[in-house]
Amino acid sequence: MSTTTKPISMLDLAIMVPALREAVLKLDPRQLVRNPVIFVTEIVAVLVTVLFVGDLTGGAGAPAFTGQIALWLWFTVLFATFAESVAEGRGKAQAESLKRSKTDLFAKKLLFPDQKYNRGSEVIPATALKVGDVVLVEVNDLIPGDGEVIEGIASVNESAITGESAPVIREAGGDRSAVTGGTQVISDWLKVRITTKPGETFVDRMIALIEGAKRQKTPNEIALSILLSGLTLVFLIAVVTLYGLALYSGTDLSVAVLAALLVTLIPTTIGGLLSAIGIAGMDRLIRFNVIATSGRAVEAAGDVDTLLLDKTGTITFGNRMASEFLPVDGVSEKYLAEAVLLASLADETAEGRSIVALAQADFGLAPPSAAPNGTTTIPFSAQTRISGIDIDGRRVRKGAVDAVLRFVGIDKSQASGAFNKAVDAIARTGGTPLAVAEADRLLGVIHLKDVVKPGIKERFAALRAMGIRTVMVTGDNPVTAAAIASEAGVDDFLAEATPEQKLDFIRKEQTGGRLIAMAGDGTNDAPALAQADVGVAMQSGTQAAREAGNMVDLDSSPTKLIEIVEIGKQILMTRGALTTFSIANDAAKYFAIIPALFLGTYPELGALNIMGLRSPQSAILSAVIFNALIIVALIPLALRGVKYRPVGAAALLGRNLLIYGLGGLVAPFIGIKLVDMAVTALGII
Amino acid sequence: MSLIGWLQIGLVLVAVLVLVKPLGLYMARVFSGERTFLTPVLGPVERGFYALAGVRPDREQTWLGYALGVLLFSIFGFLALYAILRLQHLLPLNSQGFPALSPDLAFNTAASFVTNTNWQSYGGETTMSHLSQMLGLTVQNFVSAATGMAAAMALTRAFIRSGVNELGNFWVDLTRATLYVLLPLAIVVALAFVALGLPQSLDASFVATTLEGAQQIIATGPVASQEAIKQLGTNGGGFFNVNAAHPFENPNIFSNYLNIIAMLSVSAALVYAFGQMVGSRRQGWALISVTVIMLVVGTGAIYWAETFGNPLLTAVGVDPALGNMEGKEVRFGHAMTALYAAVTTGLSDGGVNGMHGSLTPLGGFVPMFLIQLGEVLPGGVGSGLCGLVVFAILAVFVAGLMVGRTPEFLGKKIEAREMKLAMLAVLILPLTILGFTAVSAVAEFGVSSILTPGPHGLSEILYAYTSATGNNGSAFGGLTANTPWYNTTLGIAMLLGRFTYLVPVLAIAGALVKKPRIAVSSGTFPTDRPLFVGLLIGIILILGGLQFFPALALGPIVEHFVMLAGQSF
Repeated sequence: MSTTTKPISMLDLAIMVPALREAVLKLDPRQLVRNPVIFVTEIVAVLVTVLFVGDLTGGAGAPAFTGQIALWLWFTVLFATFAESVAEGRGKAQAESLKRSKTDLFAKKLLFPDQKYNRGSEVIPATALKVGDVVLVEVNDLIPGDGEVIEGIASVNESAITGESAPVIREAGGDRSAVTGGTQVISDWLKVRITTKPGETFVDRMIALIEGAKRQKTPNEIALSILLSGLTLVFLIAVVTLYGLALYSGTDLSVAVLAALLVTLIPTTIGGLLSAIGIAGMDRLIRFNVIATSGRAVEAAGDVDTLLLDKTGTITFGNRMASEFLPVDGVSEKYLAEAVLLASLADETAEGRSIVALAQADFGLAPPSAAPNGTTTIPFSAQTRISGIDIDGRRVRKGAVDAVLRFVGIDKSQASGAFNKAVDAIARTGGTPLAVAEADRLLGVIHLKDVVKPGIKERFAALRAMGIRTVMVTGDNPVTAAAIASEAGVDDFLAEATPEQKLDFIRKEQTGGRLIAMAGDGTNDAPALAQADVGVAMQSGTQAAREAGNMVDLDSSPTKLIEIVEIGKQILMTRGALTTFSIANDAAKYFAIIPALFLGTYPELGALNIMGLRSPQSAILSAVIFNALIIVALIPLALRGVKYRPVGAAALLGRNLLIYGLGGLVAPFIGIKLVDMAVTALGII
Repeated sequence: MSLIGWLQIGLVLVAVLVLVKPLGLYMARVFSGERTFLTPVLGPVERGFYALAGVRPDREQTWLGYALGVLLFSIFGFLALYAILRLQHLLPLNSQGFPALSPDLAFNTAASFVTNTNWQSYGGETTMSHLSQMLGLTVQNFVSAATGMAAAMALTRAFIRSGVNELGNFWVDLTRATLYVLLPLAIVVALAFVALGLPQSLDASFVATTLEGAQQIIATGPVASQEAIKQLGTNGGGFFNVNAAHPFENPNIFSNYLNIIAMLSVSAALVYAFGQMVGSRRQGWALISVTVIMLVVGTGAIYWAETFGNPLLTAVGVDPALGNMEGKEVRFGHAMTALYAAVTTGLSDGGVNGMHGSLTPLGGFVPMFLIQLGEVLPGGVGSGLCGLVVFAILAVFVAGLMVGRTPEFLGKKIEAREMKLAMLAVLILPLTILGFTAVSAVAEFGVSSILTPGPHGLSEILYAYTSATGNNGSAFGGLTANTPWYNTTLGIAMLLGRFTYLVPVLAIAGALVKKPRIAVSSGTFPTDRPLFVGLLIGIILILGGLQFFPALALGPIVEHFVMLAGQSF
């Protein structure tokens, strides 16, 4: 999986120190206004500070108490901005190294791009490039911008982006034609047509994303902010009107205690950590080497119902491999294996090599060291679909069944019953039969099959437990597809799929109310990637695919979708858990503050002081301190995310309700009591 | 508390649960426009009304059109009722020769009946002519309930349909609710009431000779018919001032059963109809479970508090086994008074068979808190279902996130717009209740109406605004509410509580109806299981509790502790 994931440490000074500075800068109300709950807290903090100054100079109130309330209100705001800074800080270092890779890029812009052999060029800064320009990139040059290779082949070091040091091949045409700005050509040369404006390149987007500069609130974050703002208003109403109700009851409540009550009631915990959760989630994705173009896409990943996976390279290894030799008509297995080995020596295809490997592994056969004179090899070709060898007067052939039958000079009905039975049996299980013949005699059949990657079945089972259906897409015929589908444990398959069919399938699922994720790399995947709700393009893929998808996987591993879905779910779960926790906390705060407020008028309300807090002032202060400290205490959880378990929604909810709902109800009773004991012991009130 | 008491409570609730399914299925058919056994009789009448009013039943409305229909109809109803009350002395059927109502009382009363609140700042038998009762108040008893049902149906359709803008036709839903549901039921229940001994007469009063030979004037009137729709429509406005504690409104234990069953069954059945129409009866039962569980707990709390009684009375020699019988009818006892009080406030009925202001502090706390929870147990006809769905949306939003998906309810995604509107609807309750209470508690014109000073006085004010905003209509006694300040502000509270709630709810329906219905998978949070029932109860309690705890602490809660400490109010 990911090679760059490292444990997150809160105590990492490299992150903490700049984060503290950032946290103070973020107190700017123009920035804070984006976060209504914390903005309200800041206003209240200012108000209480003014009262404190008034108390100090006028001497009417209790400046020590007001001052401490004001101080902790400021801490509440500061802890919230600190949480956001820490979350951002973790991406900063990565962004810095990316920025270094893009400074001082120069481009050799071709002056005559239409003339194939004219390499006249001028050197311009990369920032002056325009879309459509063609540049020449030679050995050791950094590629100046994102583009499409139109001529040449070269090995490119993409470690600046992927962290993978092994160079990759980039060439014109095909699925490996996309190059990324900031990567380095280490052999040969390329002509690249620039496809992205400077400033909007992949690296630029990556930097912006990591830094969180272009961060926009995701739809769910907006909806949650509305809920939190609504709750803030509700508590504002409750607290402001309490002044009147208290007056009726004979208590003139001071603004400082009302402010304390308000701030402890409004959901500052989730309000303070909300943006940190989102930033940390994106950061986790980057650690998994996945770049998302928007937070919206990551959130959508949590909702995915159906996963569309290409068979080749994702579910199977991609090449059909020989799995067994089936001799017919009295031929011994060993004789067949020898013949097959001979016939495949000149077959350089992956299938051919797998046959040689199987013959060597299962029968201990070694290829003849030197071919005797008079040996003729017949290499495999797509037209003849047959390969073989003429050696020592033997004429051995292997290849597609009909081609070999033609070589033997018979048609299928004339072949022996055992041969036909073996061929049909292989076809039925989705494998590919290859016939083997020597002169006019059929020796047997080779069973070629798609080999399913180990462990993939378990991953699909995990997905099913999450409530996600997997659909395999393949160009194979339905019989082959069905066999592999059942072996791999996918829920459904789309056989003989054309790009149009893929697109239709996605649309059909979407009209049925499902969210689709798919992974792809080829240009022909681009429309489907764009149509899918979550489209993950492979970094190794074409530029078209990378533009169409809303995420790019730098490791080019299609099963990464599973991790992406988990991260999407984690972000939502963490928000929900902390919201529940935040709201559940309020019960304890009422029990701390309400009896304290009215102890003068109604000493009987002391019955509600079930925590046995020492004095009204220490009760109020303890609630405020607990309310501030809980933000800091929960920063690690916000950054790490609530753990996702694929156990089904009901079980997951039950568990989280118990931890964050019931826990949220109980924890502050204990926490406030402890703070009260500390406050009392220190004698600061 | 006694076994007999609990058996009585159980009997009534079981009777309601038995009625819920047939009645719910019937209503689902009515509002889906399907044939019912009454169609041969009422079909022509229904079509006749459409022809008269120029309504094209097949032309459906968007949420905005539907909401405008609700508002226009209510404004017209308000003006008509206001005119009747102000011109009462000029209109016929005023055999007692009652004068016109004052402007503020007429405003308050018109607002009260149009919003299905039925707060009564007046004594019925001493203020209203028969014409005002029948043509004014009773008409609104029917149509204000029907309006609520129509809104609930519009909201229901938002979950049935997808990719469209239309929620149905308000005029059609209104007509069907009145014609097919309320009217036939009212006839049946009224006849049953007559059989149980309620008077039904156009005479204003009769004169009786007492045992001592004195002459006594006893008020009467069309009580049975008014009582039937009062309960079926969760109106609660009694014919007499003391409501269902009056022997003519509620003469015996059987009429008391019927009263409670009548007020619960239509609302509960509407919840069942919701489940049926959205294709999940389990969902209907889950919501009904929420209401039944909370009602039983609420009833139990009142029952316990009342039988526990008042230690101060015990101290002066009252038998503690009697509990607190102040303000209760001996023929109903603790259990049936407790059930009536919980049901009438869990719903938005507001009729009473005992005086809530005379309950013990904790006993009185429960009805007040039940209204503050938003009256969703199962709430007023229609409006209660709307409230339940709003709470379900909030519950699903907070908890749904915890399963790692964008929250959804019945296949509809809950996003920013729905949240905004739901919060808007939720905000009205604390803003109106606490806002007006706070002003009344400090201003001279507010405090002067209080009967009992101290925390009980605060409860009187708090209960009045709670009842008005919640469109309940029950009162905490004591408070002299027939003053310009209270008449006006309570009237405003009722209008806000009704329409600034219904309009956002219809807007939510408008937003949801456009959305595609998302397929269910094992990753979907199921909303028809016990876990959701528990969650919804939790959300209702926590949201309600957090908003009103400080106010309640200064009212009934402190009164309770002070009572234990030996002081009474």
